[in-house]
Amino acid sequence: MKKRVFAMFTVLVLILTTLAGCGGGSGRETTAKESTGEETTGGETTADIIGSDSEDAVQLELWTFIAQHQNFYEAMLEKWNENNPDKQISIKCNVMPYDDMHNKLQIALTAGDGAPDIVDIELGKFANFTQGTPELMDLTEYAAPYREDIVESRLQLYSKDGALYGLPTHVGATVAFYNAELLEEADINWEDIKTWDDYEEAGSQYKEATGKSFGTADTYATWQLNAVMAQLGTDYLDADGNLQINNEKLVQALDMFKDMQDAGAIDTIAGGQPDTEEGKGAFNNGEFAAMIMPLWMMSRFTDEMTDLEGKIAIAAIPTMDGAQALSVGGGGTGTAVVKNKENAELAAEFLAYAKLSYDANVMVWEVLGFDPVNMSIWEDESITHDENNKYIQYFVNNPFDVLNEIKDGIALLESQTSSKYPSINDYFVATALNEIFEDGISSQEATDSAQDYLASELE
Amino acid sequence: MIKKFIYSKKIAPYVFIVPFILTFLIFWIVPIIKSGMMSFQSIQFTEVEWIGLDNYKRLLGDSQFRLAVFNSVRYMIGTLILLIPIPMIFACFINSKVMKGKEFFKSVFFIPALTSVVVAGTIFRLIFGEMGSSLMNQFIGIFGLEPIKWLKNDWTAFFALLTLACWRWTGVNMLYFLSGLQSIPKELYESAQVDGANAWQKFIKISVPMLKPTIIYVLTISIYAGLSMFVESYMLWEGKNSPKNIGLTIVGYLYNQGIRKNNMGYASAVGLILLIIVMVINVAQLTVTGLFKKEEK
Repeated sequence: MKKRVFAMFTVLVLILTTLAGCGGGSGRETTAKESTGEETTGGETTADIIGSDSEDAVQLELWTFIAQHQNFYEAMLEKWNENNPDKQISIKCNVMPYDDMHNKLQIALTAGDGAPDIVDIELGKFANFTQGTPELMDLTEYAAPYREDIVESRLQLYSKDGALYGLPTHVGATVAFYNAELLEEADINWEDIKTWDDYEEAGSQYKEATGKSFGTADTYATWQLNAVMAQLGTDYLDADGNLQINNEKLVQALDMFKDMQDAGAIDTIAGGQPDTEEGKGAFNNGEFAAMIMPLWMMSRFTDEMTDLEGKIAIAAIPTMDGAQALSVGGGGTGTAVVKNKENAELAAEFLAYAKLSYDANVMVWEVLGFDPVNMSIWEDESITHDENNKYIQYFVNNPFDVLNEIKDGIALLESQTSSKYPSINDYFVATALNEIFEDGISSQEATDSAQDYLASELE
Repeated sequence: MIKKFIYSKKIAPYVFIVPFILTFLIFWIVPIIKSGMMSFQSIQFTEVEWIGLDNYKRLLGDSQFRLAVFNSVRYMIGTLILLIPIPMIFACFINSKVMKGKEFFKSVFFIPALTSVVVAGTIFRLIFGEMGSSLMNQFIGIFGLEPIKWLKNDWTAFFALLTLACWRWTGVNMLYFLSGLQSIPKELYESAQVDGANAWQKFIKISVPMLKPTIIYVLTISIYAGLSMFVESYMLWEGKNSPKNIGLTIVGYLYNQGIRKNNMGYASAVGLILLIIVMVINVAQLTVTGLFKKEEK
């Protein structure tokens, strides 16, 4: 009898495990991205060695999930090697798909072996890597020489307990993009939209006149919700890091968008937010006329919504009485140095130069098309009004005028630095926002269940 | 001495199965034991802490996990209902003498199995898009229906997942049944013919009972495949979380917790629970269908 049971068990284990071999593990090559502001690379993994070919050069390894970043680092490396003849560097640059790279990094850090020297980590994943005792190096002293010119909230974003673990790529200030041509046809002047009430009114008026949608009710992103939360001075977590999802102001922010939806000013968009294939298609076809998105959306316009050239205006997002902020940084990639590796110090020194210096930020604007974190560039007319720049050419007005207008009001949601943030964001984009904008559940009810669920998961 | 060893009839069989046993031990048994251990730990990179049953306690009260189990079980049952009878009937058609273009249909049904799920998932995502211009919405538009947000509603999303599963697996299961059918002796059908049986009676009284071993096999792998489905739902929602987690499966939840949220200990507990669920269902099913009975003789 015993023997039979054992035989039965063995057979079953054999069957299941061989089957698992057939089914599992196939095809995970995707370019999924969450809250990144950046184009991720396709399914390919590439490795190139860039930089000095001198024999004395120190070789570092770098991982990124964005192909254009390799070009960026290559350009910065060239400058570094020119200026530092005694510290020649060459970099082995690995470009991997988004999920792959973050998974590999996590496994390498957990195993304590095989991690690169420098690595790009997307904001949605960043907090995963600063849990417990981070395996990343504190970059505070390396960033110090550049610090006064940098948008401080972007450094705070990648900091924990006073230590700076990642260097930002862009500000990602949340702004409003309007299709000026379409609005004009409906007799609406985008320059008159100053408050959220104006936005709602313009939206309903536009919809009435054209029958088409004005703004978006995002179900798969929290860009505009976060911005309004910052304006109202609330956050997902309180000062001690406890969940406060169903707080009055957060509900107020959601209700504001819900009212706009009821008034016809905003509608849900295919794909759940503007930065998706479906969403960009809808804008390009003129099905929507306004969006509240971080500034990195610019490169999506120039590269993917080419029909709209010369029609899109950028403005500060609408505001309200007593607003505590003008905008909030959205998305981002923090570049980190893995600690305790042989050349960690050199890597940190190079990285600070490559991401925070004036030269680096000119490159960030010109090569990558992001709003640079070094504010001294925002005032340099030779760059901000460079007629040959494709971003300057594309838009109706100058993006830097908007940036300078909101310069002192770009806030940070503290919760984004918490390891709880990925779960909160997940819950909002998967569940809460869908409940509110698709199913018509009240904001209070949706946030109450969010609070309950997240409390059970996180606390 | 060595020669004797190599040519020994007693030892040779063991030598032949050594590669399998080794891979089995190294790549299956060790990881299973290891994840069993990890399910009692909290793992933060290199910091490992034993936390007893905490992961399992949390699992008991985890509503998302319950939803994932519900979705996986529902999907598994759906695939069993569709992917056993339909391929079996197709196989009978193709096996029939009067059928024309057998090879053509065999290949047509089998091609989806060779297609990458990643590609197929992306195409299906576009087919089931929510815009009026997506294929499914155009199709229902013919009947005067309004466009549906296929991948945002529970049952329509389930329908999309099942459609993808049918598209992909019909051909494979059909081939299993076809090989089963071809091993049924022709004489049985001939004598039934003499007795005046019609096609339906032949199917029910001869084909189905004679196909029993094949059916059990397909049932076993389908239960496992259904419960461990991941890539299909992962691709249908572009690797994002599905709205209100309508496409969350057990393995999807394991992936979310272990890989995306860096919670390997908890994910291991999820994995072990999946293993237990699959074992229980399959042992029960195999006992009921009598796979183990032969050993009693």
